Amino acid sequence: MEKEEFTITAYTENQVGLLHRITIIFTKRKVNIESLTTSESEKEGIHRFTIAITETEVVVEKIVKQIEKQVEVLKADFYKNKEVVQQEVALYKIPTKSLTNGIEVERIVRQHNARFLTIEKDFLVIEKAGFRRETKALFDDLKPFGINEFVRSGRVAVAREEHGIGEAVEKLLAQN
Amino acid sequence: MGSQTVTKQKEQTVTQVMSGAEAIVKILIEEQIQVAFGYPGGAIMPVYDALYDEQDRIQHVLARHEQGAIHAAQGYARATSKPGVCFATSGPGATNLITGIADAQIDSTPLVCITGQVPSSLLGSDAFQETDVIGISMPVTKWNCQITDATEIPEALAKAFYIAKSGRPGPVLVDITKDAQFQKFDYSYTPYKKIRSYVPKPEIDLSSIEKAAVEINNAKRPLILFGQGVILANAEKEFKKLVEKTGIPSAWTILGLSALETDHPLNVGMLGMHGNYGPNLLTNECDVLIAIGMRFDDRVTGNLTKYAKQAKVIHFEIDPAEINKNVKADIPVLGDAKETISHLLKLVKPNSHENWFQRFQECAKIEQEKVINRELHPDTGSLSMGEVINIINKYTKGDAIIVSDVGQHQMVACRYSKFSKSKSNITSGGLGTMGFGLPAALGAKLGVPDRTVIAIIGDGGFQMTIQELATIYQTKAKVKLLLLNNEFLGMVRQWQQLFFDKRYSSTELINPDFQTIVKGYYIPTKKVTEREHLEKAIEEFINYDGAYFLEVMVGKENNVFPMVPSGAGVSEIRLE
Repeated sequence: MEKEEFTITAYTENQVGLLHRITIIFTKRKVNIESLTTSESEKEGIHRFTIAITETEVVVEKIVKQIEKQVEVLKADFYKNKEVVQQEVALYKIPTKSLTNGIEVERIVRQHNARFLTIEKDFLVIEKAGFRRETKALFDDLKPFGINEFVRSGRVAVAREEHGIGEAVEKLLAQN
Repeated sequence: MGSQTVTKQKEQTVTQVMSGAEAIVKILIEEQIQVAFGYPGGAIMPVYDALYDEQDRIQHVLARHEQGAIHAAQGYARATSKPGVCFATSGPGATNLITGIADAQIDSTPLVCITGQVPSSLLGSDAFQETDVIGISMPVTKWNCQITDATEIPEALAKAFYIAKSGRPGPVLVDITKDAQFQKFDYSYTPYKKIRSYVPKPEIDLSSIEKAAVEINNAKRPLILFGQGVILANAEKEFKKLVEKTGIPSAWTILGLSALETDHPLNVGMLGMHGNYGPNLLTNECDVLIAIGMRFDDRVTGNLTKYAKQAKVIHFEIDPAEINKNVKADIPVLGDAKETISHLLKLVKPNSHENWFQRFQECAKIEQEKVINRELHPDTGSLSMGEVINIINKYTKGDAIIVSDVGQHQMVACRYSKFSKSKSNITSGGLGTMGFGLPAALGAKLGVPDRTVIAIIGDGGFQMTIQELATIYQTKAKVKLLLLNNEFLGMVRQWQQLFFDKRYSSTELINPDFQTIVKGYYIPTKKVTEREHLEKAIEEFINYDGAYFLEVMVGKENNVFPMVPSGAGVSEIRLE
């Protein structure tokens, strides 16, 4: 079975140590986590993990069951790329003097649908949200001007279905 | 009725000012814990001080090493079905629990471990005896948490007991800082009945049971594999009815052993690497494989690519993560075994599979001639482990609890011991922890003092927790210790003989005089080297009113057969 990109979503309680409990499930199987983000979900007091990995479906399925088995996890599920709407946010810090050499940087930023977050005396920060390939393309175009710092967030994703597993979480919460 | 309920609720909400440590002990009493195991130290001293006031209600068993304490708690839990409670101090006390916690996790044993921690103001400062026990124990606990404020203790322990006992049981650990143990607060306690994020028993899907019943009713060559899930669900009666109604040959994993009496005609024996010939061979000939409360461990399945490929697999299991983990289930049936088997019983038709059962009997005959006769009734040469077990059966009549350690003697004890009651075979199955047997037997005996408890131990494992002889002496527990001494790490030596050209690297043991050592702990002893003295010695061993140590010198280079070699399929089982 071929490895491919998967997005794992888990709805959890907000509990100290749960992040560790979830990541060791990957460590035990020597599976690399490509990105992991947590945030509050649409449900009050319930957090949401979004984890990106490249693995076979068989392995992903077993990992997701182990995640859902944890006492403080309400529900977990996994999606292929075509089953989610996903984004990452990237920040690019470049020298302000690059603006003085003509309109090239402004043109690139417009072309990539990015935006200037701040322009200081010595440096400016550009923000771009999109797929990995899009943030990478902007990186490549800005590289000739000198990138002082670059950072990209983990993946955030929602399922391409009306409710996703949120509905199952809702059902579980209603039972209690 | 209504007014009673109200009164009860009122009682539960009455608060009382006490320290965190006193609250911990009070909660143990509320949870009906009568025996706890442990070892004191700096960071858990307030709890020990509180235990001092409750000695009439809670017997604290002082082990001689925290590993001994936790294995004793495991033995207690396995024999009684109540959670084992274990105390340890911070740092080395807590880290010494880890092997037992890992063992309990893989063997689904309910444990509540309470560790002391350095004061909260010192957390993260590398204080004396500080260790991150939450981080260390996380991969091997069902749940754990750290408490730095006494007001959180009742809820944390209520959760801990509920999680340890419910669903698929397991070990939990609560780490409590010393300042929280001293802190006074308003105590009240309400046991947990549910946790919103936790589903201990999955909802039963009746259609899956209906599908399973159709397959079982149509099967020509069905085989049941049963594991500890039957025992943990208290489903022994329902299970026996199922076996008898359907007439299906049934084989056990070593943790399932004793769920169905060993002399039951449809009990066809042990699965796996050193299991019986029939159930292994015929796993690859059955048409429907019905697994109940077992997890297809690799020691059971051998090479998965050659495992039961011809069979429809029905998997009765409480833990959804076990479905399709190792063996793909054609029909998964999620739920507590007691409930699912009860539903199934109504749908299956009475049957007998005489021709198919005949195959198991033929295999048993072959195994009897090639392996068992030689093992149980050797006329000449050195003593065998099997003949010792055989004589023990004669005197226990299957009523004793047999606790084994890990290695050759464990396989022999499981293969040949007779059991007439459930919860009678206690062994470290998943983790294979040498040193488990002696303290686990002590814990079992303290849990069920009316039953005979026999620890069967090898000379390797004996020396891993030998210090717990002192705990046996101190508690006066009447536990029987049988040492099968072959002066080798026998199982490793067997593998070296078979797969490493007889290169006996670090497996020969130059042992001390165990008789002198055990006498030093004031436990009566006997040593047998000759066959003619064996039976009388065993009779005395079993009948002696008190702890007793019997050492039997057995053949140094005997092997355990049958054997499914590592990497081979179950049907490639070797008889010699």
